[in-house]
Amino acid sequence: MARMKFLCDADRCIECNACVTACKNEHEVPWGINRRRVVTLNDGLPGERSVSMACMHCTDAPCASVCPVSCFYTTADGVVLHSKDTCIGCGYCFYACPFGAPQYPQTANFGTRGKMDKCTYCAGGPEADMTMAEYQKYGSNRLAEGKLPLCAEMCSTKALLAGDGDIIAEIYKERVVTRGYGSGAWGWRTAYGDTITV
Amino acid sequence: MKHVLSALAFALALTLAAPAMVQAQQVNPTANSVTEDALFNALRPGQEVAGRISIPDAGAAGLIKPDNKGWAATHNTTVKSLTTWSIAGVLVLLALFYVVRGRIRIDAGPSGRSITRFAGIERFAHWLMAGSFIVLALTGLNLVLGRTLVLPLVGEGGFGTLSAYGKIAHNYVGWAFMIGLALSFVLWVGRNIPRAHDMTWIAQGGGLLKKGVHPPAGKFNAGQKLIFWLVTLGGIALSVTGYFLLFPGTIGQADWQFYQLIHGIVSALLTAIILAHIYIGSVGMEGAFDAMGSGEVDLNWAKEHHPLWVEEVQGKGAAHGSAHPAE
Repeated sequence: MARMKFLCDADRCIECNACVTACKNEHEVPWGINRRRVVTLNDGLPGERSVSMACMHCTDAPCASVCPVSCFYTTADGVVLHSKDTCIGCGYCFYACPFGAPQYPQTANFGTRGKMDKCTYCAGGPEADMTMAEYQKYGSNRLAEGKLPLCAEMCSTKALLAGDGDIIAEIYKERVVTRGYGSGAWGWRTAYGDTITV
Repeated sequence: MKHVLSALAFALALTLAAPAMVQAQQVNPTANSVTEDALFNALRPGQEVAGRISIPDAGAAGLIKPDNKGWAATHNTTVKSLTTWSIAGVLVLLALFYVVRGRIRIDAGPSGRSITRFAGIERFAHWLMAGSFIVLALTGLNLVLGRTLVLPLVGEGGFGTLSAYGKIAHNYVGWAFMIGLALSFVLWVGRNIPRAHDMTWIAQGGGLLKKGVHPPAGKFNAGQKLIFWLVTLGGIALSVTGYFLLFPGTIGQADWQFYQLIHGIVSALLTAIILAHIYIGSVGMEGAFDAMGSGEVDLNWAKEHHPLWVEEVQGKGAAHGSAHPAE
């Protein structure tokens, strides 16, 4: 089985936010929730870079380790998913995540957050694949349709790569070697304990 | 003539500009770009790799916060094992104590005469605090140990529902605990100031270990005073940290993590202490439960465990014609 990962080549990202928009539209994500976002580092300074970030689907995901109700699971593809039926909205995963992936629909009294929402790698949730129940809770399940996440598929500069970790790492290495520079595999060492060295 | 001049000037400008353009193309555009390596190596504890974001959620500007994994690890190891061992440890100690010492009886036997130990308001404060504490402890323990102990028994769906109600209960019952805590403090703080005879009580181990030993004690013995101050200070710590956990929007992520750890550690220790308190107030000692049950305790029990208080009340009773404890 493939081990699915995201990789954002910040030397190509132009901060167009198409990935953010595509994600929101594809999954009908509620207002206030951004499963994916683009962060610009050193904004306005020489060497500025933008990085598109969402759930990195970590190896040994810290969100899953702190969840008091154990609502997370990792698919055979290495995608970290969760059950909104089991989630109690405690917020622990939000505080455990190094990437700010878990988000909540509410900020009501007494810390009422509602069910956690995050990037599903376009792989839905525990419901049967491509059902309405799954779509309403988690958005579309493109992986079940044999497609890759829409954010990466939409990326006009092919900065955001999604797919088997080994393959996208090879593509990135090839790019770095060809053009002679690379700002690094953002988040990889934190998510997978190991970065891409060229 | 004018046209010729301007054409010449244009040509001159081009020749001058051409080397500059070539030079610009040779500049490596990433010579000083930010790299993950550099930003990561520059990170100090508590810091994050952050930039600018164009969505309204300002918190989303943090790109990578490696320390969040540290909180997760501390919660999963330190807090979880402290909770497990402090509670398991105290239960084992209490079981051992029961086996060795048995139930502490009234040495002189019940006298049949009773004396009022706690007024209605005192018992109300105690049970408001005690009842809410039990709910809070069970629902709180569920968040730490439920995944290991309860989930396998009831299944994921049932456990999710149970924990969701538990979370709601924890969030609301916390206020009842705070009221009970404040009320108990006001009612009892005067009686819990350490006195010289408390040292004797401690030196004699409270008479807990040996039959027939009854060190001096007022309305509250040194052990109870210790419980009072631990509950007061622990309760305040839990109330303050719990308040922030209830309103997470008012504090930052690192603050929340800090308060959560304090909340988890203090509640684990306080739960262990309270288990011992519950034991000695019920199974562990004959006649003790009546103090908080009916409020009336047997006179012989009172004379053995709180002799100074009995003297005080009876002396006062003779003077004022009332057996009610001064409060």
